Amino acid sequence: MSNLLLLIPIALFLGLLGLGAFLWSLRSGQFDDMEGAANRILFDDDDVKPSDKSKKFHQDDS
Amino acid sequence: MNAPLQSCRHCGEPVTALSPAAPDFCCSGCAGAYALLGELGLKSYYNRRAIDPKVRALRPDEDEVANVDFTELASTDGDGNHHLNLMVDGIHCAACVWLIETLLQRNPTVLQARVNMTTRRLRLSWQGELGDIDDIIRPVMQMGYRLIPFDPAALEQATASRNKELLRCLAVAGFAAGNVMLLSVSVWAGYFQGMGGATRDLFHWISALIALPAAAYAGLPFYRSAVGAIRNRRVNMDVPISLGVILALGMSLAQTIRGEPHAYFDSAITLLFFLLIGRYLDGRARGQARSAAEHLLSLNARSITVVEPDGTRRLIAPQKAVPGMIVLVAAGERIGIDGKVVDGQSDVDTSIITGESIPVLNRPGATVFAGTTNISAPLRIEVTATGGNTLLSEIVRLMENAEQGRARYVAIADRVAKAYAPVVHTLSLATFIGWWLIGGIGWQDALMNAIAVLIITCPCALALAVPVVQVIATGRLLGAGILVKSATALERLTKVTGIIFDKTGTLTTGKPELVGEPDQDKLLFAAGMAANSNHPLSRALVRAAGNVTALPNVSEQAGLGLVTPGPSGPIRLGSRAFCDVAENADFPSDIAGPELWLSEPGVAPTRFVFRDTMRSDAPDVIDSLRTRGFEMTLLSGDRESTVRQLAETLGIPDWQARMSPTQKAAHIQTRSDEGKCDLMVGDGINDAPALAAAHASMSPATAAEISQNAADIVFQGDRLGAVIEAIDVARKADQLVRQNFALSFAYNVITIPLAVSGYVTPLIAAIAMSSSSLVVIANALRLHVNSGKPDLVGAKPVTKLSQQAGS
Repeated sequence: MSNLLLLIPIALFLGLLGLGAFLWSLRSGQFDDMEGAANRILFDDDDVKPSDKSKKFHQDDS
Repeated sequence: MNAPLQSCRHCGEPVTALSPAAPDFCCSGCAGAYALLGELGLKSYYNRRAIDPKVRALRPDEDEVANVDFTELASTDGDGNHHLNLMVDGIHCAACVWLIETLLQRNPTVLQARVNMTTRRLRLSWQGELGDIDDIIRPVMQMGYRLIPFDPAALEQATASRNKELLRCLAVAGFAAGNVMLLSVSVWAGYFQGMGGATRDLFHWISALIALPAAAYAGLPFYRSAVGAIRNRRVNMDVPISLGVILALGMSLAQTIRGEPHAYFDSAITLLFFLLIGRYLDGRARGQARSAAEHLLSLNARSITVVEPDGTRRLIAPQKAVPGMIVLVAAGERIGIDGKVVDGQSDVDTSIITGESIPVLNRPGATVFAGTTNISAPLRIEVTATGGNTLLSEIVRLMENAEQGRARYVAIADRVAKAYAPVVHTLSLATFIGWWLIGGIGWQDALMNAIAVLIITCPCALALAVPVVQVIATGRLLGAGILVKSATALERLTKVTGIIFDKTGTLTTGKPELVGEPDQDKLLFAAGMAANSNHPLSRALVRAAGNVTALPNVSEQAGLGLVTPGPSGPIRLGSRAFCDVAENADFPSDIAGPELWLSEPGVAPTRFVFRDTMRSDAPDVIDSLRTRGFEMTLLSGDRESTVRQLAETLGIPDWQARMSPTQKAAHIQTRSDEGKCDLMVGDGINDAPALAAAHASMSPATAAEISQNAADIVFQGDRLGAVIEAIDVARKADQLVRQNFALSFAYNVITIPLAVSGYVTPLIAAIAMSSSSLVVIANALRLHVNSGKPDLVGAKPVTKLSQQAGS
């Protein structure tokens, strides 16, 4: 019994952590362009130097 | 057609001998784009990209920049940064996304440039002047991409936020379902291994703690819809769902408080989870189709050029025009307003409004309508009507009147729910009364049995039966370039017995083609002259002749023809009157249709006859529709001779010419009053009321904006075969929906007696519910399996959307 009292809260906490992470990523627009995200990794920005500003903007893109 | 020499190094299209930049490029625009990429050191783009043959070739268009006012929809925030949303046309692959973003970010004023590859939209932010936008996006335009600004607030925002809400609910329900199931499995195992009552109660309490708040949140979409339906004194599928979920949770809580063994938290929450998956996928599939349709429409949106009294020009949106303004319409441009010609003389293509396949000559004083295309020379037009007075808004009114019939259509799922809900509720009541009064057990236990009936009959499979099939059917059609916009379109399509076609632009391509076999030398000479003109007949001559070089010294007289000086006087190419050919000239030709004459003093005149050619697969499609027993009608606004000719060629016995928009809609209304269900296929503005009046409607992607809005289904590409494809998929889907209903009823036939007799335990409820849902989903997936087989009409139409569909 006592191990259950410890393990169930831990399991629930980890689950909630995952749920929170998903809701956060949904809100920050990471599910808006699934196709683009899959392809973007193939192009390294070797000849563009994105300024810090544009990096900041990429995040709140929705 | 011209023989291809090699592919253009920029756009990949064949290079013809005519090209000014041969042999490497098809046009000077492509050569310029290639040079620009070289200068910027971005040539690696050509190695990285993969040309998608379904997407418009990346060929730069010279007049594109001048046509759109980019500043109008841009917004400026508190920091002085400007933001603009743009639709991008011409994205082939991820390399295009990379190129567009790189080109834009090279500009130091650009803060952010992000292309969404799924929706093909670009969000751009920049510092400095608002007007800099033209300079910022010029390199992208020069590559051949088309950029059209749009207002994100006006576009499908409701659908997008609804889908996001569903996804959030889905996440919460998924989390809760997983954890509650974990606890439930332990409890079930405990039945056999002798779990103590205290542990079981603890597990039930933890389940309640997870399931109750999760169901309160994740069930919101269903509760809202159920409450809305009850307020309107209707029953939809969400009513029994909400009732089942709430009762199951309430009863389980009561059981938990009393420390009894049966709690249904897992059933309630997994039910919500399954249903939300169905809802979300359904919403996403329809959202994809709708956003693709909006994408197509926005690309056609154009500003109009207003000439101020002092001679300056500016671009405004057509809605902002006021009567009295003078608008300049360049040759080849679409006229954006209703008005009167004040200066200029030009041919205007009115096929989109009247169905007439030959351009009409407009002189000063003539009235022109929004939606038509100016062909040969610039026109100055005085705006005479705006807002509610335009021809377009007249058509919209007709359309709204016609549409009311369709709004009354009740989806099959709601019809089933209407019959199903009272039966279930009566059954449950009967169980309660039966156990309490006749069975002689306590009212609490009788109530438990009654609620178990409600839980077990809660229409999980029934509620999934329609959406799962719809998602797969819509997705399959989307892959074939057929966009299903309306939720009940496929259902209505299965009821169709008659098909009504429009002529110009629907059965035909709307482009005239040379018919007969004229003298080759004359043809080459005439085509050389014609290469100087934009008139559709001139273009047809050039296409028919193949490789031609434009002759010098040719002048065009708008609406009449072309003249060039010859050795023995002027050589003319144009209408019969222009070429001075006697009205009764005896020429061996029995082909009726538009014509061009080539006359030279001292030489017998030559006649070129044209015909608006059919879509290449039109005869096959009509034939196979006939063998399937559809009753077909051709309704056109065009002249009788052309309509009869086409009807006879295709073997459509029932045809009518010179139909006005009202007559077309009335024709369909009459037929539907007789109880017939028709599918209307049309593209013109004049078809819009008929499209709205018909039981179901389809429209090609080349159609007028209003027709695409009115149609249930929009299809892309040149093939009419989309009509058959849509009908076939709709029928197959209907069959699967009915099978799914049968399966879920069969499941109820087995489980209801169990529930009524009081044998249902949480374990049985969970197994029965999940397995019935899975069976229904598996059955729906059969629609996908069959899509690999070749269709009756052969290859699938070419589309630019298959990429999106695959996402």
